[in-house]
Amino acid sequence: MSEQTQLKARSPFAEAFEMFRRNHAALAGLAVLLAIIAVAILGPVLYPGNPFDMVWAPFTTPGTEGYLLGTDYLGRDLLSLLIHGARVSLTVGLAAAFVTVTIGITIGALAGFYRGWVEEVLMRLTEFFQVLPTLLFSMVIVALFGASLLMITIAIGLVSWPAVARITRAEFLRIRELEYVTAARAGGVRNGGLMFRVILPNALPPIIVQAALMVGSAILFEAGLSFLGLTDPNVASWGQIIGSNRQYILDASYTVTVPGIAIFITVLAISLVGDGLNDALNPKLRER
Amino acid sequence: MGILIVIAQRTLYGLLLLLAVLVLNFTMINLAPGDVVDTIAADMGGASAELIAQIRAEYGLDQPVIVQLGNYIWRVFQFDLGHSYFYNRPVTEMIFARLPATLLLVFSAQIFALVVGILLGVFAAQRPNGLLSHIVTFFALFGYAAPVFWTGILLLIAFSLKIPLFPVAGMRDVTVEGFFPQALSVAHHLVLPMLTLGSIFIALYSRLCRASMLEVLGSDYVRTAKAKGLSPRDVTMKHALKNALPPVVTLAGLQFSAVISGAVLVETVFSWPGLGQLALTSILARDTPTILGILFFSALVVIVGNLLTDLVLRLIDPRVRAKA
Repeated sequence: MSEQTQLKARSPFAEAFEMFRRNHAALAGLAVLLAIIAVAILGPVLYPGNPFDMVWAPFTTPGTEGYLLGTDYLGRDLLSLLIHGARVSLTVGLAAAFVTVTIGITIGALAGFYRGWVEEVLMRLTEFFQVLPTLLFSMVIVALFGASLLMITIAIGLVSWPAVARITRAEFLRIRELEYVTAARAGGVRNGGLMFRVILPNALPPIIVQAALMVGSAILFEAGLSFLGLTDPNVASWGQIIGSNRQYILDASYTVTVPGIAIFITVLAISLVGDGLNDALNPKLRER
Repeated sequence: MGILIVIAQRTLYGLLLLLAVLVLNFTMINLAPGDVVDTIAADMGGASAELIAQIRAEYGLDQPVIVQLGNYIWRVFQFDLGHSYFYNRPVTEMIFARLPATLLLVFSAQIFALVVGILLGVFAAQRPNGLLSHIVTFFALFGYAAPVFWTGILLLIAFSLKIPLFPVAGMRDVTVEGFFPQALSVAHHLVLPMLTLGSIFIALYSRLCRASMLEVLGSDYVRTAKAKGLSPRDVTMKHALKNALPPVVTLAGLQFSAVISGAVLVETVFSWPGLGQLALTSILARDTPTILGILFFSALVVIVGNLLTDLVLRLIDPRVRAKA
């Protein structure tokens, strides 16, 4: 290693941050995402009132009478529904991604670390879950066990983990053979410590990227389920607005297109941030 | 000879996966609160304890769980997926009535997405920083971020309501007679659902095909092909594409379950009379046998789709053939 590279060496986080900062698309995505999160947190304060209240005549077109986005088929303020729905959609997205990543990391880590029959069994299980169409499977879970937000979150997590498990396993397979793992093992670190304190932190970058994208997929997933009507009807989410107004697209298409734009922009922002993280955290790309 | 053994192995593995789906189905029925008899009793407006016990015995629900599981699997192997309480018809009969519509939608969307995705990817790879490359990148982002049902509704508003080019709903015009006019009518109805469902996957495939083509175009043998004076077209289409395709086909094979998931939403938007619509109505009606039957058949479609992908891969990639 030459003198110069020694001087240049910085913490990997600073380096990743620098990469991310130079990516304009990712920065734009992050800005949009932060704005949406701010709306989700502050919205109910800035725009109080129950979004389910009927405030005006049904199908008031956007822009009239102070109702910026108009009203839906029950005369509910669409803007209020949208703002209050942001909180639900984002929360379900985050929580479902958390469930997904937790299951995926556990299964992938066990399979990649122990190899042998453990890996064989867990990877067969992963393949099995990949054969089941995710949306249908989660529809079945929600139908059998009830359409509460908690159940929807669990259902999304239960059907989406295979991708995370595969990535985690691949990383574990690669890292477990590295010298510092052997050194740690020789130093007396037990299996649990090796898995979660030695290998996992080094396996995290691709998992973080996948987790970020999972939040987007989970938001789309929740929207799909609620579009079909498989959701808690007493909680406003973006998909639920679309689902409940579905029959009226002939009369008032904006009740469906507007919440769709909210979902689209949010998921787009998340995937831009995810792509940016991918470039920033993937050391192979850094030299380019 | 070799290929037959591979097909046999794959089929056997597929059967094992299907068996696992049945075990899962059975587990879910047993874990879910309430059973068949509760549903029947509720439909009858309540039943006495003796009657309930009698019905339980009739359905074999008083036997040990493992015997029940065996019975369930045995019945499925005789093509008996149970009886729908909601429609009062055998589940298999209803599924077979709906399956062709879903298969048509799923396979046409896959093929459409593959053809368009590959073409876009190939052309974008010609100029990695050209306009088309940027369009492909943008489209890939759009396809990922747009909820498929929303895309469907937008297309429906644009091309059925504002500009009435395509029908709003359904699969065929019932007034049309004769085979060819009917096929034409189905094709006409298919356009928008296929475009909608395909849009997600065009995005995926074009992005991967572009990356894969760029990698192949940089390899030595492509330079050799160019050096010996082949036209750029021949180099791209005959030499490079052949090696850029396998990853795209592999990805497409992995997407079958996602295509079916998307089909559920697309069928709902366009009132396409397929399995997805049946799934939704039976879920809203809490018709468990039908729901589980659909889950079983959709897994079957995915498994067959994977098998077909394997065969296509063997056709286009001699390296896969050599490995087996």
